Amino acid sequence: MTTSPAKALVVDKLEVTFDRFRALRGVSLDVMPGESFGLVGESGSGKSTLLRAVAGLAPTSGGSITVNGKLLDKKRTKAFYREVQMVFQDPYGSLHPRQTVDRLLLEPLAVHGFTDIEKRILRALDEVGLGSSFRFRYSHQLSGGQRQRVAIARALILEPSILLLDEPTSALDASVQAEVLNLLEQIRRDRKLTFLMVSHDLAVVTHMCDRLMVMQSGAEVERLSAADLAARKVTQAYTRNLLVASEGFVRPGAPAA
Amino acid sequence: MSTLLTVKDLRVQFPTRTGVVDAVRGVSFTLGRERLGIVGESGSGKSQTGRAIMGLTPPHAKITAETLNFDGIDLLKVSAAERRSLRGNRIAMILQDPKYSLNPVMSIGRQIVETLRTHERVSKSEARKRALDMLAAVQIRDPERVFDLHPHEVSGGMGQRAMIAMMLITGPELLIADEPTSALDVTVQLDVLAILDNLVRDRGMGLIFISHDLRLVSSFCDRVIVMYAGHIVEEIAAKDLHNAKHPYTQGLLNCMPKIGADTHPLPVLDRKPEWAA
Repeated sequence: MTTSPAKALVVDKLEVTFDRFRALRGVSLDVMPGESFGLVGESGSGKSTLLRAVAGLAPTSGGSITVNGKLLDKKRTKAFYREVQMVFQDPYGSLHPRQTVDRLLLEPLAVHGFTDIEKRILRALDEVGLGSSFRFRYSHQLSGGQRQRVAIARALILEPSILLLDEPTSALDASVQAEVLNLLEQIRRDRKLTFLMVSHDLAVVTHMCDRLMVMQSGAEVERLSAADLAARKVTQAYTRNLLVASEGFVRPGAPAA
Repeated sequence: MSTLLTVKDLRVQFPTRTGVVDAVRGVSFTLGRERLGIVGESGSGKSQTGRAIMGLTPPHAKITAETLNFDGIDLLKVSAAERRSLRGNRIAMILQDPKYSLNPVMSIGRQIVETLRTHERVSKSEARKRALDMLAAVQIRDPERVFDLHPHEVSGGMGQRAMIAMMLITGPELLIADEPTSALDVTVQLDVLAILDNLVRDRGMGLIFISHDLRLVSSFCDRVIVMYAGHIVEEIAAKDLHNAKHPYTQGLLNCMPKIGADTHPLPVLDRKPEWAA
């Protein structure tokens, strides 16, 4: 695979091994700038591990990751984190319980030596639709949807070009999920961001992403476009099972509704 | 259809420092030997309704109801001891996440045996045999092995099956399932639902299925109650759900992304204050 600078993210034959367990078995993918790419699979399929490996949170034992044309080392630089930010699954667990929203947003700015802190914090809050009244609250004073908005604001405050989203809405109610998905789509349009999004929900991934990869036990099952999936043009039985499962419960023997 | 449970004007209130929080505000329904779904967002009072029936509301909360009747027994009047003998025996509850609701330091088999021996006088060997049969009934392939495992040694789907086995071993007549599959993968979700479905049908139980997933509930239950801000906004037969009249029910249905439907942005719920009235 060429590492042409046109691609935002190239993962080539990536291997991740925890002790003796191979969590990722030579997975490759490439994402164009401004594209939204989805990873789908059940728990233990390695989809989150792939995301964490890109962010430098999982030990790689083979293969390579290239971000915006630059091959990544084992150690991530500060400049990398300016480019790539991550939003985690559980907004109840990913925000520091004893820090105000202001402090949470300040930290990345301080780490990266920004000076126009005041302006950036207000803008980031405004962008995720929270307004400045949320600035001095603690995360336990916020609802799940509001917390996930803070987590998104924290990721955006460094103006990255790539956002890694690990099940950003699976801990939220369906109605709040719709709000957060809409917010993410709007931000991607406004800032021309590249998304790499993990979800176990096929409907969410086809809604958000142009292309997606179905994973199972650390390997790729199938790579297809959202349009193909919507038209049920799948080649693998595993993907077809996922599709059927996402339709809801069908009582055996009952006529399909 | 004989009525198993009658709930009339159920209210659950929590006194807090900032005043009384009305979690459930006048919920009424009846349940026969059927599958009833209760749907709503977090904070709508759906779980507190289930917990009040089960008798698991925290002691500082205040429960009132005109009627809370289970098979001729007034649940609000009976003593705590009688309530205990009902709970886990004739009324059972499946909780959301097997990671948190199973005892982490006790093997799965011992937990199931404990439930059984609390409610029935059976010998140890008889209890073990029934626990193994029950594990097989929830389609655990190797019951002998799983019997001796601890909850952290099994997957989420297996843990949830073990919990179902534990809840069904006493042969309850009413089963309350509070988000039984929300912590599971979609494919495993359907397996667990199929097991529940079979057991409910074969044993003629009444089932209350509490969930935030309207799509899942409508495909699984006979009847659906939609709750908002502590009261029922709509009760509807599951097969008529797509004709739901209340804007809240419609909003819940429409805000989910669907494969093949190209709606950008997704419609969001526009909450009206009069819904809560």
